[in-house]
Amino acid sequence: MAVDLRSYLGHVELPNPVLTASGCGGTGRELAQFFDVTRIGAFVTRSITMSPRAGRPTPRMAETPSGMLSAVGLQGPGVEVFAERELSWLAQRGVRTIVSIGGGSVAEYTALARRLADAPGITAVEVNLSCPNVEDRGRVFARDGSAAAEVVASVRAATRYDVPVIAKLAPDVADVVSLARLCVDGGADGLSMINAPLGMSVDVDTMRPSLAAGTGGLSGPAIKPLAVRCVWQVHAALPGVPIVGMGGVMTGRDALELVLAGACAVAVGTALFHDPYACQRILRELEELLQARGFDRLADAVGLAHRPAGAGPRNRIELEESSL
Amino acid sequence: MAGSPVQVTGTVLTTRRVEAYHALTVVAPAVADRFRPGHFVTVGVGGPYTSMLTRRAFAIHDVKPDYGGTVEFVFSVRGPGTAWLADRRARDTLDLVGPLGRPFPLPRDPCTCVLVGGEYGSASLFVLADVLQRRGCRVDFVLGASSADRVFGALRARRMGETTTLTTVDGSLGMRGEVTDVLAGVIADARADVVYACGPMAMLRGVTAVCVEFGIPAQVSVEQSMACGVGICMTCVVPVIDEDGVTRMVRACTDGPVFLGERVRFDDVGTIPFDALGAPGGRHG
Ligand SMILES: Cc1cc2nc3c(=O)[nH]c(=O)nc-3n(C[C@H](O)[C@H](O)[C@H](O)COP(=O)(O)OP(=O)(O)OC[C@H]3O[C@@H](n4cnc5c(N)ncnc54)[C@H](O)[C@@H]3O)c2cc1C
Ligand SMILES: Cc1cc2nc3c(=O)[nH]c(=O)nc-3n(C[C@H](O)[C@H](O)[C@H](O)COP(=O)(O)O)c2cc1C
Ligand code: FES
Repeated sequence: MAVDLRSYLGHVELPNPVLTASGCGGTGRELAQFFDVTRIGAFVTRSITMSPRAGRPTPRMAETPSGMLSAVGLQGPGVEVFAERELSWLAQRGVRTIVSIGGGSVAEYTALARRLADAPGITAVEVNLSCPNVEDRGRVFARDGSAAAEVVASVRAATRYDVPVIAKLAPDVADVVSLARLCVDGGADGLSMINAPLGMSVDVDTMRPSLAAGTGGLSGPAIKPLAVRCVWQVHAALPGVPIVGMGGVMTGRDALELVLAGACAVAVGTALFHDPYACQRILRELEELLQARGFDRLADAVGLAHRPAGAGPRNRIELEESSL
Repeated sequence: MAGSPVQVTGTVLTTRRVEAYHALTVVAPAVADRFRPGHFVTVGVGGPYTSMLTRRAFAIHDVKPDYGGTVEFVFSVRGPGTAWLADRRARDTLDLVGPLGRPFPLPRDPCTCVLVGGEYGSASLFVLADVLQRRGCRVDFVLGASSADRVFGALRARRMGETTTLTTVDGSLGMRGEVTDVLAGVIADARADVVYACGPMAMLRGVTAVCVEFGIPAQVSVEQSMACGVGICMTCVVPVIDEDGVTRMVRACTDGPVFLGERVRFDDVGTIPFDALGAPGGRHG
C-alpha cells in the first residue's frame, strides 16, 4: 500500500515532505527542465531582498571533503522583479512556493513581508535569520535571540494569517534550542534548520583564501550530523513545532534520518547541484524506506528516534502500547 | 524544449592520450542529439560514494553518430576530479549532464571567421569550424599554449583551416609568444568578419581587445568555477554589460559560457564593479 506522505506546516498541507532548500533551486525554471516542479512538496526560493543585490565577488565556491563552501551573498533581482517575473511564473504553474526573505534590519524584513502579503501564490514565508544586522555592526540575527524574535514577530504581524511563517536557523549559534524557543514565542509557525554554518578553506597553491569573501557557508553531507543534532534537540524541546530539516540530504536514507530525529519535512540543497533530479529521487527512496519499515503514514515516523530505548520499532501507536 | 539538458549514465567507449591531454568518448545519445558547438557537459567524479560533491565541467569536443550518439571531451589533469577521470577505462560508466550552456551564435550569411583557441580551449572549435564551413564560411585558426604538447588539435586545424597560425610561449611550436601577438595580422590578412575564441580569461580579454580595434565581434567562451552547471547555484557569475547598458552579474553556465567579448568586463572579473546592478552602495534598479 502507498504510504501517506502528507506533511503539515502549521495548517498548510503539503502532498509530500520533500522541498528544495533556499538558494539551491534557482528560480524554479532551471529545475523545470528536468522534472515537474509541482510534484515536490514545495519549492523554496532563494532569500529575496528589498533591492537588487549583485552578491559577492568570485570565486564564490570551493569544494571541501563531502561538502562545499559557498558565498553567493544573496544575489538577486530584489522583491519587485521577483514578484513580477519569478513568483508569478511559479504561481501560474501551480508550484507550491515558500518565499524565503532576507534583510539587514527588522524594518527591511517587515517591508518584505508587507510587499509579499498580497502577492498570490505564496504557500509560506521562510525567514532567513543568517543575515547580518546592519544596525548591530553586522552581527547575524540568528546569533542574537531577541533580534531574531523581533524579526519573526514583525514578519508574522505583516503576513496574512493563513500563510505560515517559518524561521530558518543556523547551527553555529550558542544555543539553538533557546533560539528556536524565542522564534516560536515570537510567532513562528515552524522552524527550518539548518542553514549553512560558516567555514573557510585556504588554497595552498595561491596561499590565499579559496573564496573571495574569505569565509563561506558549509553545506552538503559534511554538515548532516550537525543538522540531525539540531533537529533532535529542538524537537525534544518543542515537540509540537513543525521542523523542516535540511543539511546534507543526498538520499532517502538521509531524509529518513532527519524525519526520525523530528523533522516533518526535508529540504534538499547541495544535492541538487550534483543531481538535478535529487528531489524526486529522494522522495521515491523515502517512500520505499517507510514502506519497508511498515509505516502507513510519514507522520508516524516523525521524531520516532526519541522513543525510549527498547520501545517498539514501528510507530507511535506501538510505542504507546509498550509504554503502558 | 529541443536544447534542454538531460542527465545520463553513459558508457565510456574509448580513452586516448593526445599530447598533454586525455580524451574520453562516452556513449550518450540524448546529449549528442541536442548538441550544438559551444555546449559543455558536467561529469560526476569519484564514483557513487565520492566525497567530491561538485560536478566537473568540460567543453564538448566532438559528437559522432556511433552507438546512437557519442560525445567526446578533452581534459588535462588539474586536481583529484580530473585525476579520477584520467583513470577511466572503456566500458566504465560516467554520469553526464548536458548539453549545457549557450552555444556559439552562427552567422546568417557566409563570412570569414577566425577561430582562436588557448590550451584545451581549442577542443570546442573543430565542430564549430565544421558547421561554419558547411554554411560556406571561410575558417582560419590561431591556436596557442605554453608549450608544443599543450597546443590541442594543431593537425586538425591545418587540415581544416584556410590558414593556421600556432604560437607557444616557449617557442617549441610555431611563433614564440601568445595568440594575441599574431591575431591582428591574421584578422587583417583574412579580412575576418568575426572571431570565435575559447581559452583562459586573460587570452579572451586580449582577443576581445584586438577585435574591438578592428571593429569586429568576438564571441568568447569563458571559464568560471561552477558548482552546478545548470543555473541554480549562482557561483559562476561574471560581470557582463547587458543590452540596456547596465552591468549585471550573470551566470557563465546558462547565460554563457559564450558571450560577446565586448560585453564582458574582463578587468572586473573577480570583483563586483561599483556600477553593477545591486552592487554594495551602488545602483539599485
Ligand atoms: C564551461 C567550462 C568548460 C571547461 N572545459 C574544459 C575542457 O574542455 N578541458 C579541461 O581540461 N577543463 C575544462 N574546464 C575546467 C575543468 O572544469 C576543471 O579543470 C576541473 O573542474 C578541475 O577539476 P579537478 O577536480 O581536477 O580540480 P580541482 O581544482 O580539485 O577542482 C575543485 C573544484 O573546483 C572546480 N574547478 C577548479 N578549476 C576549475 C575551472 N578552471 N573551471 C571550472 N571549475 C573549476 C571544480 O569543478 C571543483 O568543484 C572547463 C570549465 C568550464 C567552466
Ligand atoms: C549556493 C548556496 C546558496 C544558498 N542560499 C541560501 C539563501 O539564499 N537563503 C537561505 O536561507 N539559505 C541558503 N543556503 C543554505 C541552504 O538553503 C541550506 O540550508 C544548506 O545549504 C544546507 O543544506 P544542504 O546541505 O542540503 O545544501 C544556500 C546554500 C548554498 C549551498
Ligand atoms: S554553475 Fe551553478 S549557476 Fe552556474
